[in-house]
Amino acid sequence: MGLLSSSVSIARYRVDGKIEENVMETIHAGLKQNAITTIEDEYAEVTMGWTPFESNFNPDFEKFTFTFGDFFLFSFRIDKKSVPSKIIQKHVSIEIEKKLKEEGRQFISKNEKKEIRESVTDRLMSQMPSTPNIYDVLWNHEAQRVLFFSTQKAANEELETLFSKSFKLRLIRLFPFTIIESSDSFSDEERDMVLNLAPANVNRGKVVAGDSNE
Amino acid sequence: MNDISVSYNKYKFLGNEFLTWLWYLIENDINIKTIAESELKKAGIECESIVFEIGNCIALENSLGDDSVEKISIKGDDPGLEEGKTALKKGAVVTDMNLILRVDEDEWKFNIKGESMEITSLKIPVSGKVEGEDDIEGAVLEKVFLYNKVFEVVDTLFHFFIKKRVSKEWKTVDINGIKEWVEL
Repeated sequence: MGLLSSSVSIARYRVDGKIEENVMETIHAGLKQNAITTIEDEYAEVTMGWTPFESNFNPDFEKFTFTFGDFFLFSFRIDKKSVPSKIIQKHVSIEIEKKLKEEGRQFISKNEKKEIRESVTDRLMSQMPSTPNIYDVLWNHEAQRVLFFSTQKAANEELETLFSKSFKLRLIRLFPFTIIESSDSFSDEERDMVLNLAPANVNRGKVVAGDSNE
Repeated sequence: MNDISVSYNKYKFLGNEFLTWLWYLIENDINIKTIAESELKKAGIECESIVFEIGNCIALENSLGDDSVEKISIKGDDPGLEEGKTALKKGAVVTDMNLILRVDEDEWKFNIKGESMEITSLKIPVSGKVEGEDDIEGAVLEKVFLYNKVFEVVDTLFHFFIKKRVSKEWKTVDINGIKEWVEL
């Protein structure tokens, strides 16, 4: 789901730090160096990298912009290959039958079966086209915030890794604790009190509040 | 586990309590704009009215103390929420809910998860159509403004809730109000 879709899911991040000098050049270089490759590696199960927001299948950051108003906007593409297990099973059976017939044998060993499975998987994987998944990334450099248009755990983990590799900045996911930690609307005293809070329950009409801010 | 996942797990209850409190405000017609006026002003949110409504689902969870968890899910258009209130009586908290937010004439619909404060299936007010390449930047900026609006309102209310939650009034005033509502 992309930024312009009619329904979106969004994970939010705080960027730990800022690029102090040559912001545009540094980000441009990070995007270019970690752009998704245009040549498909036939044996790679997963390929990932940045691509321009306006050109998801031509990762050319010289031709397409990554600045929109005060924001940086680009896409994260993850191309994944997968062969359904039933197809692998079918081709392994065919290969085993062929081998038994050619060599006039009654059975094959566990190791031989394993080798056949590996070679069949490699062959099928190289023939299989990869499926692209595209997620948009919106970066407000000034406010040190990133919106990532996916809440899938795996996609978020890959984003955190590639962002840190590309821009030497760490992404911190925003959830209740980090929202409080990142906000300047709390005093030090309030922050300390939050650390001592414990769940309050309205339990069978009785209030149970076990925090230690007494 | 690293520090981030420790703090995620330790304080995820704050997000669930926030959603439970929000449900209490909605059910009791408490004017959000009035109670959080100064926080909204500080956050630069200027409007005539802010109204939340429960959408088409709400999920609650009740820890039973022996590592087992009771989950209650209510779905459907205009759902009857009596079972949810019964669960609250037994000590449950809201973990997920579908909300409708109206700021003046504009309307947002989304699901929010308490433990992560993640927003999914977000639908924003109708924005301009992209008819050509020249429209893209304008459409992006308009959508970003509308996405940020929902986060600004939710974050401001969350901050307001947390300030209440650590205040003395929480135990003497707010929780009693919630208790009365649950018992009704």
